[in-house]
Amino acid sequence: MQSSRASALPWARLSSRDRRGLITGLLFISPWLIGFLALTIYPLIYSFYVSLTRYDLLRPPVFIGAANYVELFTKDAQFWKVVYNTVFYVIFSVPLSLGFSFLVANLLNARIAGRSFFRAVMYIPAIVPGICTAMVWLFLLNIQYGAINGLLQSFGLPAIPFLSNPDLAKPSLIMVAVWATGNAVVVFLAGLQDVPRSLYEAATVDGANGWQQFRNITIPMSTPVILYNLVIGFIGAFQEFTSAYLIFGVSGGPLNSALLYSPFLYQNAFQYLRMGKASALAWLLFIVVVIGTMMLFRSSARWVYYGGEK
Amino acid sequence: MSAIATPPATSRRRAALTPRQVLVEVLKYTALLVLTVTWLFPFYWMFTSAIKDDPQVYTIPPVLVPNPAYWNNFADAWGKNNFNLFAVNSVFLYALPATLLTVMSSAVVAYGFSRVRWPGRDVMFYICLITIMLPWQVTMVPLFITFKSLGWLNSYLPLVIPNAFGSAFFIFMMRQFFMTIPEELADAARIDGAGEFGIYVRVILPLTVPALAVVALFRFLWAWNDFLGPLIYINEQDLYPLALGINRLRANISATGTNALAYPYLMAVSTIVVSPILLLFFMAQRTFIEGISVTGIKG
Repeated sequence: MQSSRASALPWARLSSRDRRGLITGLLFISPWLIGFLALTIYPLIYSFYVSLTRYDLLRPPVFIGAANYVELFTKDAQFWKVVYNTVFYVIFSVPLSLGFSFLVANLLNARIAGRSFFRAVMYIPAIVPGICTAMVWLFLLNIQYGAINGLLQSFGLPAIPFLSNPDLAKPSLIMVAVWATGNAVVVFLAGLQDVPRSLYEAATVDGANGWQQFRNITIPMSTPVILYNLVIGFIGAFQEFTSAYLIFGVSGGPLNSALLYSPFLYQNAFQYLRMGKASALAWLLFIVVVIGTMMLFRSSARWVYYGGEK
Repeated sequence: MSAIATPPATSRRRAALTPRQVLVEVLKYTALLVLTVTWLFPFYWMFTSAIKDDPQVYTIPPVLVPNPAYWNNFADAWGKNNFNLFAVNSVFLYALPATLLTVMSSAVVAYGFSRVRWPGRDVMFYICLITIMLPWQVTMVPLFITFKSLGWLNSYLPLVIPNAFGSAFFIFMMRQFFMTIPEELADAARIDGAGEFGIYVRVILPLTVPALAVVALFRFLWAWNDFLGPLIYINEQDLYPLALGINRLRANISATGTNALAYPYLMAVSTIVVSPILLLFFMAQRTFIEGISVTGIKG
């Protein structure tokens, strides 16, 4: 079994040591290589083919060209609603989670007692089963007997229809996303702890105040980690499934206002058995995620500071 | 998870604080306290709702401390809804096999990406890294079709077997660890005539047990938490993992209206399913944090 890369190398020109290394290396990575071809490349191509067909799993696929794409763009009103919902979700949940977790990480990085306890508190929502936290949020946000509305009402305030008001459905999901952003907090905190103390000491000697140190040391030194969390958060938010699906169901809540892209795709594939349309949706998502990620990386040349690497 | 309050500890500094510093300290701990209470409240609510009866659930203002507490809700909710079976499925059909395969495959692949020198290695590794960004939706439909034609629906094979081929995230994680091991150790074995695989098994692998533990921990956690995978592939109730068991309990509530003890049972089962993860986290907090930090920072 040969990778394309290996066959592109002129075998004859390799030294015998390189040849041995190549064979050994390929043998070691062969599980991944087989998986990459069978579970990534092949499905990727197959998926694109399916996206050009009408296929319900029962009858053989019928080639229909770009009809699935054309239908999505021109005839499917729900598609644009779902795109709007997802973009709204990404645009708000990613920066909010990022900003929030960065601030919390800075708070935890300050001289405080019980840092590992507070870090655990922030991190736990991110590691427990999503279905359990979705269930409790479903219950907490309930308008009649949810704890949040119960507390509001006992203070004489009006109840908030988090789950039944179309304008509040997405913000409710965003709230849950910010609550579960502990991963980013842990990564930020580890990054902050890597910033050399000497920089702050020098700045203090030069008379810089706390804000100036934050602005001119902490933020620039954290930009690689900000980029990492931004990319991970961006990709993850576009693919959010569990919380949206469980809190708002397959239909995506009131007037589909919380129907995100992944549950919509799932619904088309496994409820309506429209594999062609689902694959077209998947490819569109793929393209958007790739372009978005590339843009984030390209923009990083202008704002990410790598000078701190030792 | 039990208590929510933490006493704001006083600053460790010995010198007297200026009023301004006192204010900063007070603000800092107030913020931490508010965050802690807010962040833990859903868990507190999950736990306390689990030991309520229906009148306590449907009361306004909400009952914050259930009295009397119905402790047998835990056993009833679990036992009456077949959760012993779901737990066995989750652990023995899914989490353990997936973890075992992931640890084995990711380590061997990571070794080939870090400690063996060969032309084209770094290009291949970048390709491997890029696959982390591939949305699962893109391969979901073709893989479903493929696994269906293999007759793998309603089994854990589609969720377990792919782990034998390594997963980019864990390969990356293991590679980070392998790179920290000095080359001299392998060279000594090489002089003694050991083959590369022998060096891997006998010299390097024993040194990476802590790293393997990180991979195992995360993989187990992901399987335990996984909802979407089983949702796609498992329809038969006797094969349900915990996540689908909870989902079915929820579906019963919405289908039949709120039947007796619906919410307490749902919360009781959720509490039980969350608990092992919390236990695991507090036992292995350092391992968790290191795993996250290693993959997060040095990328």
